[in-house]
Amino acid sequence: MSTNTIAATTAERAEANAETGSMARLTALGRAELTLLCRNKTALSMSLVLPVALAFAMKQTVSGMDLGGTGLSVGTVLLPATLGYVLIFAVYSNLTSAYVARREELVLKRLRTGELRDLEILAGTALPSAVMGLAQCALLVIVGGLALDTGLPTSPHLLIAGLVIGMLVVVAFAAASSALAKSVEAAQLAVLPLMVLSLIGSGMVVPLDVLPDRVASVLELLPLSSAMELIRAGWTGGPDPAATTKLLINGFVWAGLAVFAVQRWFRWEPRR
Amino acid sequence: MNIGEKDIGGPGPSGADTDANVIDVTGLRRSYGATGRRAHARKGFEAVRGIDFSVGRGELFALLGTNGAGKTSTVELLEGLAAPTAGKVRVLGHDPYTERRKIRPRIGVMLQEGGFPSELTPTETLRMWAGCTTGARPIDEALSSVGLTRRKDVRVKQLSGGERRRLDLALALLGRPEVLFLDEPTTGLDTEARHETWELVRDLRDSGTTIVLTTHYLEEAEELADRLAILHNGQIAAAGQVTDVVATHPSHIAFDLPNGYHLGDLPPLESLGVIGHETTGRRVRLRTDELQRAATGLLIWAQDKGIELHGLDVRSASLEEAFLEIAKGLENA
Repeated sequence: MSTNTIAATTAERAEANAETGSMARLTALGRAELTLLCRNKTALSMSLVLPVALAFAMKQTVSGMDLGGTGLSVGTVLLPATLGYVLIFAVYSNLTSAYVARREELVLKRLRTGELRDLEILAGTALPSAVMGLAQCALLVIVGGLALDTGLPTSPHLLIAGLVIGMLVVVAFAAASSALAKSVEAAQLAVLPLMVLSLIGSGMVVPLDVLPDRVASVLELLPLSSAMELIRAGWTGGPDPAATTKLLINGFVWAGLAVFAVQRWFRWEPRR
Repeated sequence: MNIGEKDIGGPGPSGADTDANVIDVTGLRRSYGATGRRAHARKGFEAVRGIDFSVGRGELFALLGTNGAGKTSTVELLEGLAAPTAGKVRVLGHDPYTERRKIRPRIGVMLQEGGFPSELTPTETLRMWAGCTTGARPIDEALSSVGLTRRKDVRVKQLSGGERRRLDLALALLGRPEVLFLDEPTTGLDTEARHETWELVRDLRDSGTTIVLTTHYLEEAEELADRLAILHNGQIAAAGQVTDVVATHPSHIAFDLPNGYHLGDLPPLESLGVIGHETTGRRVRLRTDELQRAATGLLIWAQDKGIELHGLDVRSASLEEAFLEIAKGLENA
């Protein structure tokens, strides 16, 4: 227990240490979170298997859909939906549980005693889920494109914009939703509203294009509708610049609302 | 207070860092539930109720108190985890809450309950922390300094409570902090591990680290602290060097008076240096500032009379006595 090495004089400290940078801190936290994600077998298999399994399950239904006049094919209905499942199940649901688990184990509180900024703690925790989610999407675009005959996206910039906005929305909503749950079990319930709303209303099960215009114009405003629309447009080409701008704005407004909710209600410690 | 002892000249002219005190606290208050969440049924429970103290460079300052006295609530304000309801805190010349970034690289914190993901190992935990810590020591060195080398690749969930405390200490020390906050560092440790931790803390203090420690073990405060404050119900009931706090409280002699004897049969109490007494049945309890004189007088008297004093208990003033007396006094007040 020698301590000569533990305490350093101010001079030593000043010369030896430039302060840690934001990237270094994010990497360190992200790496630990990645380890945790890989050790959580339930979460991991759910993220990897569920989106593909759901796509398979839906294939029959979609094949029976009347897609005439919508410009859609089975592939351009199913593949964007699969990417949506990745956002919802692999990122949103898992990340909400992760935030709750870290809070309840006092990890967030402990991290706040260190040099990490609050935003870095939130971002670092989300980092592995987000990166893995994006990688999974990239893989699905290629493999799914072959399997479902959609080919590679013709407007990849729209696909990427959709994924980025979708990722922002689900990460921000995950942090916000964590405030609603007192335990990891309760987190499974806290994610249900956005999950159900998005599956039904944001064009993941039924594309908005096949719904009556009036219904579609309301559902278009849901948190993940813009992201889904842009993702699909990656293949179908879709909207003109004005419509694209509208979609982007809708997505950013939801992300902004979620960020506001996080600032207002996010809990760094369990309730006393 | 006694910073001059180890640190000649202390905050004097030579030092670049001229803060007289590393920590300054004035009129500090902290309330819970004031924001009106349903978490706390009692509205505005006040855990810290107006306290003042300061800690000099290189000093070890202990906050002593029973559970619920307000120790953790106070130390969390020093660590910048929450903003005070009222009053002022300065750590290294900065507000630890609003100027968190400025002081974080210079302090080390050990929370009352460690917050570690249970599925990581100590090595992984320290690696993560090192990436977020300015001037972090090598991980192996940090592990061995708290005696966790053998357990470095075991998941945190399999560590004992004491091992987790030591991991927490390793994290707190990782950046070689100037100021160290230890919230009940030895709770849950066995005797041996507690003494090892004390030794480590003493070494840190001797090498110039300023330390604020909370504890409900009187022995720990007595062993380690240069100065201490006894917290009770969110207020400081006594403060100063251990000897000062103890000195304001008398020593005690207690015994059973044999049948047939009365208090009046004793030598005049004043001549023994006794300043007060109580009797409960046959039990007599004397208070004195001159323990040796009072005890000698009493024992000579007993020998002359051929009496055996049953249940004889001669006890010099200790922090424990002082602590109990303060707690009792405040409750009656």
